Amino acid sequence: MDGAGFVSRIEGQADSRPPRSPALAAAAVAWAAFAALVRFWPDLDDSAAYGDLLALAGLLIALPPAAAFLFNWRWPALRRLGPWLTALPIGLGLWEVVTAKTLWLPRPFFAPPQALLEVYIDDWPKLLDSLVHSLQLLACGYGLGALSGFIVGVSIGWSRAVGYWVHPVLRLIGPLPATAWLPLMFFAMPSSWSAAVCLIALASGFPVAILTWSGVSSVDRSYYDIARTLGANQRFLVLKVAIPAALPHVFVGLFMGLGASFTVLIVAEMMGVKAGLGWYLQWAQGWASYSNMYAALLVMALVFSSLISLLFRLRGRFLAWQKGLVQW
Amino acid sequence: MVMPIDIAHVSHRLDLAGAPLPVLNDVSLKVAPGEFVALLGPSGCGKSTLLRLVAGLEKPSWGRILADGAEIAGPDPHRVVVFQDPTLFPWRTVAQNIALGPEARGEKAGQREAVAKVVKLVGLSGFEDALPHQLSGGMAQRVALARALINKPRLLILDEPFSKLDSLTRLSMQGELLSLWREAGFTTLLVTHDVEEALVLATKIVVLSARPAQILTVIDNPRAFPRDRSDPELVSLRQRILALLGVTATENSAA
Repeated sequence: MDGAGFVSRIEGQADSRPPRSPALAAAAVAWAAFAALVRFWPDLDDSAAYGDLLALAGLLIALPPAAAFLFNWRWPALRRLGPWLTALPIGLGLWEVVTAKTLWLPRPFFAPPQALLEVYIDDWPKLLDSLVHSLQLLACGYGLGALSGFIVGVSIGWSRAVGYWVHPVLRLIGPLPATAWLPLMFFAMPSSWSAAVCLIALASGFPVAILTWSGVSSVDRSYYDIARTLGANQRFLVLKVAIPAALPHVFVGLFMGLGASFTVLIVAEMMGVKAGLGWYLQWAQGWASYSNMYAALLVMALVFSSLISLLFRLRGRFLAWQKGLVQW
Repeated sequence: MVMPIDIAHVSHRLDLAGAPLPVLNDVSLKVAPGEFVALLGPSGCGKSTLLRLVAGLEKPSWGRILADGAEIAGPDPHRVVVFQDPTLFPWRTVAQNIALGPEARGEKAGQREAVAKVVKLVGLSGFEDALPHQLSGGMAQRVALARALINKPRLLILDEPFSKLDSLTRLSMQGELLSLWREAGFTTLLVTHDVEEALVLATKIVVLSARPAQILTVIDNPRAFPRDRSDPELVSLRQRILALLGVTATENSAA
């Protein structure tokens, strides 16, 4: 670093304002360039009516980093995002070039970014409806699975009698992929929706049960000794010693179960349930509207990732006493 | 109020991987109310097992242990144990750890005041909301002591409570334990392998043999408190105990 840079850094500290971030300038330029590319390089086919709108969106996104750079705003979140904000329009530009501009990736199997924009603008009611259906199904199935897995895990870990009877059953049934039950469930249950709930519960309950069980049985015996000498009864030992001590394991199980529940949710919606994101994917493929498929995939990725973030945040609250938690 | 303990012909064996391991062999000991008894013995001799029996965590294979004249049926908050490791619950704050006993018994009234009182007693003021992983070894053991004292024990059972502390912390905590015992007057059973600790703290020293533990001798140690570690009588007592434990004084001072 040269002398001037050093001095400006000191001065920057004096009014507690960090120096201008070059990444923000790069981000603004990249978004503007992306907008120009979309607007002025003509598409090879005329299918994408939303090119101008995409260019406008690019310009709008370029504004905050440009302003933040010019007026040297603080806004630490935007500063941290600078490099990503630069990489994103470059990636989008490449995507734009290989699809709409050159058709190296041919239609209809590959869709340009503006085609996704078109889907979100024209078909959002159906997408939203599918999302709501998926979330409802997931909430019921995962909630049921997590709760019953937790209860089963605690009982096996705590009671020798329950362990004797339930453990072999769990060992037999647990490793079966939940999707293998699909044909059976769809005719055994009164509706395809309840069948899907059961399948998701099965898929998510197994890891939760196993990890809760292992958590409860790996609790340090001396915790029980301490509590017993202080006058604790069985109820206290389970609720206030075993379960809190097992919680780190339980959350690993909840995480694994959540992943499994996503898989089963989508498969169940593709196979029998006539609603939801999985069904939307299937429907889009049936009509060869691949841009709808990409749009749904993107929604799915965002939603599932947010759900995992939610679980991690919950874990952070419950396990704040632990050191060195992984951030999602 | 204070608890007498009567250990009558107790023998005990542990079940180690299917093979019985005799740990205690016909141990008889009467502890008068308010006494401070130190159990000294080579490591692994079965001292801690004896404490677990007195705490009611296990039942003796043979013989009987009486507390207040009645046979011990199980753990009881009047007989509280402080183990070698503080074993604090890592998900509870210092104050919540200390309140464990009253909470377990459903005693809600006056809990906050009781916690504040013992926190002050063991010198942890200001650390009530700290989590166990933020504490030093000495502080964690103080929390363990406070968690025991809040139950107003009539018998305090200490299983090498200071053995993992650095020597300075150990000295100061020995002093604190002594003044707590002199104020509250509970009966104390202390397992230790530190001869000096036994000499400075205990009114009665029980020397145990190697496993299976037998009582080799019981030494009364009625000197006034506070005791001077270089008191010639204590020094000669120390030689005698070390000889009983099979360590000669020269070997020991060379080490």
